[in-house]
Amino acid sequence: MRKQPAREKLPHYVSDAAFDPNVTDTPTPEQERYYQASSLLLMWWKLRRHRLAVASGVFLLAAYASILISELIAPYHLHTRNAAFIYAPPQRVHFFHEGRYIGPFVYGMDYTLNMENLERVYTPNTARVQPIRFFCRGDPYAFMGRVAGDFHFICPMEGGTMFLLGTDRLGRDILSRIVYGARVSLTVGLVGISISFTFGIVFGGLAGYYGGWVDSLVQRTIEIIRSFPELPLWMALSAALPTTWDPMLIYFGITLILGLMDWTGLARAVRSKLLALREEDFALAAMLIGARPSRIIMRHLLPNFLSHLIVSATLAVPSMILAETALSFLGLGMRPPITSWGVLLNEAQDINAVALYPWLIFTMLPIILVVLAFNFLGDGLRDAADPYK
Amino acid sequence: MVRYTVQRLIIMIPNLLVISLLTFIIIQLPPGDYLTTYVLELQAQGEHVNQERIDYLREEFGFDRPFHEQYLSWLAGLLQGDFGHSFEYDLPVSEVIGDRVFLSFVVSFSTILFTWIVSFPIGVYSATHQYSAGDHSLTFLGFIGLATPNFLLALILLYLSNLAFGTSIGGLMDPRYVEAPWSWAKVNSVLAHLWVPVIVIGTSNTASMIRRLRANLLDELGKQYVVTAQSKGLHPLKVLVKYPLRMALNPFIADIGTLLPQVISGSAIVSVVLSLPTTGPMLLRALQSQDMYLAGSFLMFLALLTVLGVLLSDLALAALDPRIRLAGGVAR
Repeated sequence: MRKQPAREKLPHYVSDAAFDPNVTDTPTPEQERYYQASSLLLMWWKLRRHRLAVASGVFLLAAYASILISELIAPYHLHTRNAAFIYAPPQRVHFFHEGRYIGPFVYGMDYTLNMENLERVYTPNTARVQPIRFFCRGDPYAFMGRVAGDFHFICPMEGGTMFLLGTDRLGRDILSRIVYGARVSLTVGLVGISISFTFGIVFGGLAGYYGGWVDSLVQRTIEIIRSFPELPLWMALSAALPTTWDPMLIYFGITLILGLMDWTGLARAVRSKLLALREEDFALAAMLIGARPSRIIMRHLLPNFLSHLIVSATLAVPSMILAETALSFLGLGMRPPITSWGVLLNEAQDINAVALYPWLIFTMLPIILVVLAFNFLGDGLRDAADPYK
Repeated sequence: MVRYTVQRLIIMIPNLLVISLLTFIIIQLPPGDYLTTYVLELQAQGEHVNQERIDYLREEFGFDRPFHEQYLSWLAGLLQGDFGHSFEYDLPVSEVIGDRVFLSFVVSFSTILFTWIVSFPIGVYSATHQYSAGDHSLTFLGFIGLATPNFLLALILLYLSNLAFGTSIGGLMDPRYVEAPWSWAKVNSVLAHLWVPVIVIGTSNTASMIRRLRANLLDELGKQYVVTAQSKGLHPLKVLVKYPLRMALNPFIADIGTLLPQVISGSAIVSVVLSLPTTGPMLLRALQSQDMYLAGSFLMFLALLTVLGVLLSDLALAALDPRIRLAGGVAR
């Protein structure tokens, strides 16, 4: 064996400069921003790239914003009856009269009764040009049921008419009724989903966190609720709402029924997620420190899958809107004077009326659009919900 | 497997009992009973009300007895096949609903068949041709199908047929067969009318089934065993059919449980729009007029159909995938 040469001892050395973890590769500012972004921000960045979802989101925001100022947007009041224009067809907006530009206007209508099938026939009268007014005074209303006003963004010429989507059997402007109907139809989804969200989180949380007999009880309950086909059950329950109730009470009754029957799917999702998450170390740590169960669930476990909950809520809202529409369509849901899109469609139940006056089914359009938009948005959110993938 | 089946069957009994109790509570919920509605209607028409007869009827129907007695006698009747008395038709419920229950079953069953037959090839095509023009347009169509509520679709179809043929496509058979006893001609007529409700009710479920099958198959296709099979030079068709497709087929069976209640819900409202002689319109009418035993029988029948559907799908899944029954699938 060779003897190793004696080595000189190095002096102890500590650098005074601050430690830079990125000595080897410095991240660009963009990478920096990405690494430090919160998960919500990441979700937003990913969602932003989904064009259709963003467009749907904007559309829905606009729709929901419109219900704050329905009175201003609708050219007519919800209950204004135009006795001279029953089942009037949609009036087209023109810009040129005899080759001359005079801004947006509609032609007045002449009314004759077809004596053969008693069909009401309206023909546009090109001699009567009725310019559309903007930012004008029209039908008086009580804003939000309180403040009196008569300001509209758009109204017909004074003494003239403007039925852009036609009128119904009482001569009420369908466009205005759709604008007002959005108030009920769109909020039903939101109120209903908050009820079902609360129930889903509470019961799913209890079942998933405690397990044991609580879990079995909740599971059995869910199973039983699920064995009823939804719509017949909804029909039975809304038929049980007393006819003497105030329409406003009926509104809350219906949303309560929709919410109470819808939480089962959400509760199942919450339960299975909680079952997995409560085995994690951070949950155990929180338990050992002595945090209360409600704090552990709400503070430590729930945020882990909140994004998934948001997605399922977005996808559940349209089914509530549709359910309300279906019930009102059958005459078991909202009752006049509360007007929802389903109530409007109720008039289209008579196929003979629809055959003569097809514009009665225009109310379908906003329903389909809103449901589509919620689906697209939910789809985009689902892709974005897992930004680390 | 036998053990699992027996377990599942035993679980069903308390479930059905609770369902029957809930059903009874629901049909009892509206204030008053059929007779109060009836009396009010008579009074509204200005007719004389014979109080003695009303009292007699009330006792006869047992409206004056306490809740639990009414429930128990109804339940006992159900078990013996006696569904109670329909006040409106003044007939035993079983006579009133007879054909309707059968036709409801026919419509639901054909709808599920339609859903499977249509969604299977489209789902497979969409997954194997991901992001192709065909996939994109089918996905878009699927979205529209999902977003259009089925009763609106029914209305649109009714309107279009009215426009094109001047006739109604409503109903489930030619008017002349409605009262006729069952014959081959009547069956044919039913078959000829069946496609409209089947398409209307089935569209949204078909769309969602396509999406699920597509997603499942895509997941499977991305797995390594598929790459292995491809790199070994297996015929593409065989690579697809032998394993991934089998795995992706699970939703078809697992979903009977959710599909059936949806189909039944859908048919309830569509049959009102298309005026089909199924349970839907009669249930609606019974609910409105508080014909409680009739409504109760319908609810009970629909729930029973759902429970049986879930049972069937669970058994089929357990037969296909032993992991499910070994993991004590009853509790989950």
